[in-house]
Order: sequence, then structure tokens, then C-alpha cells
Amino acid sequence: MIRLHDISFSMGSTTILHDISLTIAPGKFIGVVGPNGSGKSTMLKILYRYLIQQTGRVTLYDKELQHYTAKQFAKQMAVVSQESPTVFDFTVQDLVLMGRMPYKRLLSTDNNEDFRIVARSMAQANVTHLAKRTLSELSGGEKKRVMLARALAQEAEILVLDEPTNHLDIQHQLQLMDLVKGLPITIIAALHDLNLAAAYCDELFVMNEGHLHAFGTPEEVLTEQMLADVFGVQAHITQNPLTKKRHLFFYT
Amino acid sequence: MMAVLMVVLIASMVVAIVVGSVGITPSLIMHVLLQKLGIATDGVPTRAEQIIIWEIRVPRALLAATVGASLAVSGAAIQALVKNSIADPYILGVSSGASVGATAVILVGAFSFLGIYALPLAAFFGALIAVSMVFMLARVDGRTSVMRLLLAGIAVSMVFSAVTNFMLMMSKSQGGIQAVMQWMLGSLAGAKWSNSVIPLLVFVVVFSLLWLSYRQLNALLLGEETAMTMGFSVEKFRLYIIVLVSLLTGVAVSVSGSIGFVGLIIPHVVRMMIGSNYKWVLPLSALLGAIFIVWADIVARLAIAPEEMPIGIITALCGGPFFIWMLRRQRYHFGEGD
Repeated sequence: MIRLHDISFSMGSTTILHDISLTIAPGKFIGVVGPNGSGKSTMLKILYRYLIQQTGRVTLYDKELQHYTAKQFAKQMAVVSQESPTVFDFTVQDLVLMGRMPYKRLLSTDNNEDFRIVARSMAQANVTHLAKRTLSELSGGEKKRVMLARALAQEAEILVLDEPTNHLDIQHQLQLMDLVKGLPITIIAALHDLNLAAAYCDELFVMNEGHLHAFGTPEEVLTEQMLADVFGVQAHITQNPLTKKRHLFFYT
Repeated sequence: MMAVLMVVLIASMVVAIVVGSVGITPSLIMHVLLQKLGIATDGVPTRAEQIIIWEIRVPRALLAATVGASLAVSGAAIQALVKNSIADPYILGVSSGASVGATAVILVGAFSFLGIYALPLAAFFGALIAVSMVFMLARVDGRTSVMRLLLAGIAVSMVFSAVTNFMLMMSKSQGGIQAVMQWMLGSLAGAKWSNSVIPLLVFVVVFSLLWLSYRQLNALLLGEETAMTMGFSVEKFRLYIIVLVSLLTGVAVSVSGSIGFVGLIIPHVVRMMIGSNYKWVLPLSALLGAIFIVWADIVARLAIAPEEMPIGIITALCGGPFFIWMLRRQRYHFGEGD
């Protein structure tokens, strides 16, 4: 259970987030949507403690985020950020193994359990066949999946994904969303593709100019009015005949 | 591979002890070493041979290996810290700071009350001051910014180099200027037991601490944001690495001058061989760095005998072309991402 109480964040004189309050229930797939510059990434960065809000509190299980040690926190939350994975070369297996770091003490070695979890995470993210390859040989989409596998190996209860489907082809977008949806943990993902968000998310948070504009199920939130107000586009809303989920067509 | 390199290192050190103006045989070294350990042998090295081996060549080979390993390991750690493979241990201002201290001692006779320790101590404190300045300049809002660290390193190095150059310009002593040049290009000619043991101890301690942190060093390479979510305090860890590397580089530079290229090239070569996993990068860098400097010192002693060549010239002359060859030979990523 994550709660944001009146979170504000500014950089210099620009206020990026205004008094955001929201609650994220465990086990849900939460989508954070909004136009560029609406504060999605900033909110996620505050959630994973990269940035610290100027006012307000963020709690995880009623304990403020800053009161968790780095290790405790890493066991609670794993993150796939938008950073490009690495400029140095690792094999995929070595990189996924890094996900086990929060469970390691000063002198501990990597044991069979670690390798079992690494193998499982690589299988889940569909990168097992790349295990011995080095990162520099991979495509952007493959790198993204490797970073996801690393986060999965962290075995956290919350997975934060900042635009996870960027750089992925349509097959891997759907594969990744299917995989993430199937995980028995809380997922918080910033998403650009509203149809993808509608198809997979349990709840959506709509951000606009640093405010939380709306939240609720995709059916409640994705309305023609909202799309006009927040995204500035005309939309025609239908139902995807196969998934029975909302499907949007945009025009200007 | 590590065992092989270990054997190569020991063999190289034996060669370093054997070659020189006075001929020494490997068996003679054996006799001297055994006698020092209190084991009587039937060989009888002369008093002069004992002194040459035990008081001059053994500490010099040991210091060469220590300095090489220290600089290579420092380079590897700094490259992880700033996530940039063209960083070397001197970007924190260590060598320019040390140069000011050393120049002040050589030209102005500063700290003469410290006797023979004046030079290494002044160099060490010069390095310490420069690094502290760089580090303070790099901190904003309680965080260390990598970009600021690099830029502060450049700025502080410039200022300290200017001070060194000013002292050189104002100096009337031709011999003093020569001595400063010698020092800045690096030399192991001053190796004695008294100044070899501390660098070795510092190396052993710092290397062990760095090696125990290989997971964190690896994590830093994934980027600051990602590293912060992997279960350790990136900010504290960076500070820890800066302190360790400054100590290691500062001590090495204070006894040998600022030997260039090792800290940059060796970690590169190691990564080309085995990738970026610091679990292996650190020990292999130490071994290769040690071997490289032991050989560079052999060449420095022989090239223009009986004069000695500054070792920095050798490292640059051997290192540069070798590096170019490695670049041409392999597809290699220099940290420019994809």
C-alpha cells in the first residue's frame, strides 16, 4: 500500500507537481498517463526515491519512504527507469544477477538460489537465449527486456516501470505487458500508449500540468472530455471486439 | 588466467632484480631471500651482492609492482565512479596537487624539517588538498554530481598546474627544474624499504575494500537512477570510493611521481579481455598494472644506461601505440553508449 499525501515538487522556480494525493492498492496494475511534461516521470522518481518532494509525505505500508534503508527499500521496490542500461559491457546473465544485490552481504557469494531466480527472471522476460551475449550486441528492445529481467530478479513487491514499451516492437510490447500483467505484484507504469494502458491497467492516474487530473478504471477515466481537456485531441471511443476493452481513435 | 598472470608477475620481478649494471643470477636472489628468512644456504653471496639485491633491487621491484597495481586499480574504480572509460585516476586532481607539493620541496626547499620524508609528504598533502577541493566543488545540495566532479577536476588541476609552472618559471636553479621534470614524469629510482612498505600496505587494504564492493561498482555502471534502487546508498558509496582512490593514488604518486597512462590503459585492456564485471576487472587490473610497470621500470633503467629514463616516458611510449593497436583490432565501446 503506497500513499502520497499532498506531494509538491519544484525545480528552481518551476513547480512540477502540485499537491498530489493518491493511494495505490497492492496487487494492482496502475498506469500513469498524461502528456509530455505533465509530471509522470517526476512522480515516479519520487516514488522510487531518486527525487525528494519539497512538501508532503510518501508512505509505503504507513512508513515514510525515507525511513527505509536502501536494502529494505530495494526488496520492496524494483525499478526499470528510462536510463540507457550501460556504457560498459556485461553479459546478460551477469547483469540480471545484479538484481540479487539487495540480498547480498559484504562477503556473500552468488549461490544456487540466486542462479535459479536469475534463470527464472530471464525466462519471464524472454531473454534466456541471450544469457551469454554481451549487452553491447543487443538491440534497444532486447536491452529493455534485460533490464526488466534484472528488476524481476530483485523479487520486489512493487515494480515501477518508466515507459517500459519505448523502443519495443509491437510483439514485444504486448509480450512485456502480458508478462507484467501476469505478475502477482503491484505494477506502476508510466505509459504513453493510451490503448495499451486501457487494455492492461486496472487503474489509471491521469496527470496534467503537475496536477492529478483524474483517476479510476480505464472505463471511468478515458472519456472524450478528458482526452480533449488533457491531451488536446478529439477522440472516438469504441470497444476492442477481441479484448472487450476500451479502444480509442484519435483525430484533430 | 589470474594464476598465469601471478606467475608472470613474479617472473617479471625476478627479471627486474636480475638485470642492471651489476650481474645477478636468479639463484643468488634465492640465496639472499632465504638468508633473510633465517634459512642458511650453502651459497655465499658477497656483502655487496646482498646489499644490491636486498636493499636496492628487491624494494624497487616491489615498489614498481605496487605502484602499477595501485594506479591501475584506481583507474578502474574512477572509471566506474564517473561512468566514463576515458577517466584516469588523476582526474580528481591528485597529480597536479602532488606536483605543487613536490615542486615546492624541490625548488623552494619547503618542509625541509621533515628531512627525507619532505618530498613524499608534501606531495601527498598537495594531492589531498586538490582532491578535497574537487570534491567540495562537485557537491550540490548534498549530492555529488559526476559532471561537476569531472569539470571541477579539470579546473582545480589547471590552477595547481599554474602554481607549479609559476614556481618553475621563477626558479633560477637548472638542477632543480630538471629534478621537478624528473619527478613529474615519474621515477622509481628512490625505492627503499622505508618508502616501499607503506604503499604496499595501503594497496593491500584499499584493494581489498574495493574488491568487496565489486557489486556496487558494477551497479554504478548501470546509471545513477538505477543504482539507487538496487539496495545501497549511492551517495555514501561515491564518497567512500573517492576517499579510497585518493588515498591509493596519492600514496603511489607521492613515492613515484605522476606516472601517466597506466590508470587509463590497463583497465581498458582488462575490459577488452574479460568485459566490465568488476569482480574480475579489479584483480586483473592490479596484476596487469603491476606487470606493466615492472617492465616499464626495467626499460627505464636500461634504455639510456647508466642514466635513467623517467618511467612516464616509457609508459606513454609503450602504452600509446599498444592502445592504438587494441583500438584498431577490436570493436570496443568507449562509453559513448549505443
